Amino acid sequence: MVIDLDRCSGCAACVVACQAENNAPIIGPEESAKGRTIHWIELIPYIEGEYPHIKARLLPRPCMHCDHPPCTKVCPVYATYINEEGLVAQINHRCIGCRYCTTACPYTVKYFNWYEPRWPKEMKGSLNRDVSIRTKGVVEKCTFCHHRLLRARERAKAEGRELLPEDYVPACVQACPSGAMFFGDLNDPFSTVSRLSRERRAFRLMEELGTEPKVIYLSEGM
Amino acid sequence: MIEEKKFGLEEDAILFEPIRRTGRPFYFTLSILVAVILWAALAYNYQYRHGLGVTGLDRPIFWGVYITNFVFFIGISHAGTLISAILRLAKAEWRRSITRSAEVITVLVLFFGVGNILMDLGRPDRMFNIIRYSQFQSPLLWDVSSITVYLAASSIYLFLPLIPDIALLRDHAGKWHRFYRIFALGWNGTERQHRRLEKAIAFMAILVIPVAISVHTVVSFVFAMTIQPMWHSAIFGPYFVAGAIFSGIAGLIVAMNLIRKVYHLEDYLRPVHFNNLGILLLIMTLLWFYFTFTEYITVLYGGEPLHMIIFWSKFTGRFAPYFWGMFVFCFVIPLPILAFRKTRTITGTLIASISVIIGMWLERFVIVVPTLTTPRLPNETVIYSPTWVEWSILAGCVSFFILLYMIFTKVFPIVSIWEVREGREKSMAEVQERIRTYLPGIGIE
Repeated sequence: MVIDLDRCSGCAACVVACQAENNAPIIGPEESAKGRTIHWIELIPYIEGEYPHIKARLLPRPCMHCDHPPCTKVCPVYATYINEEGLVAQINHRCIGCRYCTTACPYTVKYFNWYEPRWPKEMKGSLNRDVSIRTKGVVEKCTFCHHRLLRARERAKAEGRELLPEDYVPACVQACPSGAMFFGDLNDPFSTVSRLSRERRAFRLMEELGTEPKVIYLSEGM
Repeated sequence: MIEEKKFGLEEDAILFEPIRRTGRPFYFTLSILVAVILWAALAYNYQYRHGLGVTGLDRPIFWGVYITNFVFFIGISHAGTLISAILRLAKAEWRRSITRSAEVITVLVLFFGVGNILMDLGRPDRMFNIIRYSQFQSPLLWDVSSITVYLAASSIYLFLPLIPDIALLRDHAGKWHRFYRIFALGWNGTERQHRRLEKAIAFMAILVIPVAISVHTVVSFVFAMTIQPMWHSAIFGPYFVAGAIFSGIAGLIVAMNLIRKVYHLEDYLRPVHFNNLGILLLIMTLLWFYFTFTEYITVLYGGEPLHMIIFWSKFTGRFAPYFWGMFVFCFVIPLPILAFRKTRTITGTLIASISVIIGMWLERFVIVVPTLTTPRLPNETVIYSPTWVEWSILAGCVSFFILLYMIFTKVFPIVSIWEVREGREKSMAEVQERIRTYLPGIGIE
């Protein structure tokens, strides 16, 4: 995934799209104040520079899907692991809720279900059936909408053709109104994301930790 | 009286008293403890039904009191086995009346260490996934393995020296005859049995030391193996082991004080025992300071911004009361008490020990929580304040431990009778002989 910060307007459409797509529970203002909101992609506000050359910025942060994730190493039950596609997957039905991965992740992308997830009655009918609902006491996180990949693959198979890059796009990328997010195969040298990742503006979060994130940011112009 | 003499119970009769007679104060204490435990059980039931949301935990402070308790209780457990093993191997004669009370702490308190981890799980019903899908790259599994070995080894190590005493009870106590007969394993005190027992105890004493050290090292690895600031530190292994022995000795001194008072064992647990343990505790106080100093000075000198945020949150920021509380309880209070012969009395060591126990709980808290408050990516400031559920469960764990310890003293003698007797009968001569071998000019070939 590539996120062009120059194009990002900080509208949070990605956050909303993700909430709806992945059945993130609605926890209410009180719990939210305690820091218990679950959003798999988050807009992180940060301050760059020092006065008087100071700038407030926003950074959309999904799971980095690291090549060397600190979280998978510490999970005692293989509930989080790197799958065949290279995505960091999370098996909610195996997770024992020890929260070791949540403390080990330097990007804090992992969320814990402090309570049984709840929705207002009106919303129950509009939950996404492709994404399983988590129980209380387990960890969850961004999957790059892995269920969409499964869907796309099945459709391609039914139509008797190869899977095309445009068949599979996560909800956040699809929803981005300013076209700041790109998704594709980084291993394919001719894909858009591959080309963008070689741009001079390209950087990854906390590269020095050796986690090798698969989310690449394009820095904002000054 | 005649009967007792015949069975050789007259001497050390006081050691059998707690097993024979149970007075009102016992039942009174028992009911208070049971009340606290029931309250904690209610609190846990509440948490089990509603989820971990009833605690003060949140994102990013995913770990709090339960993990603190886990490290703390495992630390206390180092009292027994390790100290008793070292004293046995060093042939310290003053060990004889204190080893048992130390070994019991180890075995019993381990359950609460493990229990706190289980209570910290979001899905305790899935805990067997750890066996079904074990992922041995995770330090948590190293913990599971080494604690299991430790529990087994220290249980055996507690049981072996109990055998001759159980046989004594089998022959004299009258009640629970069958129970004692089974666990006495047919002991009748022959020379051959004695030789075997001593061999087995010596073997276990040696085995248990590396196991105990591994346990607390691995506990520290849970933190040190992550790349989080002020956790990712190579000194954590030995730092945790030293802290564990530190709090363990303190726990032992408190337990011995209580046993001495309650069961009138003034003749068995003498000022010299408290003095010697006090000196050990003093050494550990200094060692603890040394480790703490090294840990923090390297962070300060390096001055990495990420580490410094957490450093200052401990020194002057939000966690300053905890940090300086820890320093006062672990160092400022016990050091002068233990340093002077005049204050290193029974009461003096008790005060120092209680202080150390409180201080070491704070130390664990100060290690676990502050690191989590400031993740690398900016985050809204979240304040972690433990709720009544967490405090109730801590109180419940402590009460349950005391309860089990009390019950143990009602079933088995808390001072190893045969070892005390052996000390009286044999070791005087043995020690004399041993000293002879040290000295030049006294002809032993």
